[in-house]
Amino acid sequence: MTESKPYDDIPGTVVFDSDQAARGYHLNQFCISLRLQPNRDAFKADPETYIDQYPMSAEQREAALNQQWNRMLELGGNIYYTAKLAAYHGINFQELAGLMTGMGSTSYRKMMVDGGRSIDGNRYKSEWQDK
Amino acid sequence: MAYVSSGVACSHVPALGVASDSGNTTDDYYGPIFQGFDFSKEWIAKEKPDVIFLVYNDHCTAFDARVIPTFALGCAAEYQPADEGWGPRPVPVVKGHQRLSAHIAQSLVLDEFDITIMNEMEVDHGLTVPLTMMFGQPDAWPCPVVPLAVNVVQYPAPLGRRCYALGQSIRKAIDSFPDDLKVCVFGTGGMSHQLQHQRAGLINSEWDDRFMNLLVNEPDKGCNIDHIEYLREAGSEGIELVMWYVMRGAMNKKVEEIHRFYHVPASNTAVGHLILENR
Ligand SMILES: [Fe+2]
Repeated sequence: MTESKPYDDIPGTVVFDSDQAARGYHLNQFCISLRLQPNRDAFKADPETYIDQYPMSAEQREAALNQQWNRMLELGGNIYYTAKLAAYHGINFQELAGLMTGMGSTSYRKMMVDGGRSIDGNRYKSEWQDK
Repeated sequence: MAYVSSGVACSHVPALGVASDSGNTTDDYYGPIFQGFDFSKEWIAKEKPDVIFLVYNDHCTAFDARVIPTFALGCAAEYQPADEGWGPRPVPVVKGHQRLSAHIAQSLVLDEFDITIMNEMEVDHGLTVPLTMMFGQPDAWPCPVVPLAVNVVQYPAPLGRRCYALGQSIRKAIDSFPDDLKVCVFGTGGMSHQLQHQRAGLINSEWDDRFMNLLVNEPDKGCNIDHIEYLREAGSEGIELVMWYVMRGAMNKKVEEIHRFYHVPASNTAVGHLILENR
């Protein structure tokens, strides 16, 4: 049984709650390990062996190795953790947002300079259905 | 006796730390943001707090998923800037004030706030970026810092009104510390922003403006903004703003707003900044 949550109707958003945190624990611990240089070196030397130290699901493993940023969030990842994996790949927060929104860096950056994504039309999933 | 003289609210966008560290504070993109803090740097040079009580959140740096304290008070002699994946920021070590920390820790628990005590803790951009924005690039930070880390990463963050009540309890603790110390309280994070998934880039300037007005003038009302409103209206990472209520709780009911600055964007985020003085 899946409990319904008051934030389920917010579009394009995965709230990192206790259920997501439990699900994503090993994925997140893998990502955060890359904060430190010796671990970055070990991952670089042998990605598959390194990631196998973390008993995550096959889906999570695949998403992490293939840089599927939204998929990782859906599978229990949290942005502050996945951002460490992104940093490993030389991707900063703004570039990561360009990837997750599918807009690409240039048009994402332009949207931000123009005032960001408007709240209007972006409060409820129902508002995204016609898009 | 120690006393709370002023409060500072300040976003802690990591890109601002990068801009400062790489000497990139005057271009078209970052220039207007750093200019918004010119007044603040002059103000704090005159204000000269003896200690800063700094409320921030750790972004999975000192705390990974193994341990997630809702409120963690730094009680160490010093706090090293952490490596967040790009190497540690080239900023001074943050010196603590152990006696004040110990006093606050004890006072909070006896006042029924069961905080976690941190005798060792690295600090990330959440703590060091506000120091950079207020002090620039000194060889050493001008005063010691007592850090309070708040969980805002794993939902639920503590409620706004709980943060506000904690601030009031911190105020009692500071007021009962015997040394003559002038304390400035920082609340950091925000403003509206979402870093994740397809709605990333959300900014809600009208909501941010209302949030600041309530925080300054009607904190008893504003502290009751509920989590779903933060998530929907200010973005999934905008919920960091509950931390501003810890600062507000440590201030008088009536405060004077000395300075306000608001700018969009810094990276993915709306930058908000307030200076409040107790009256
Ligand atoms: Fe933050």
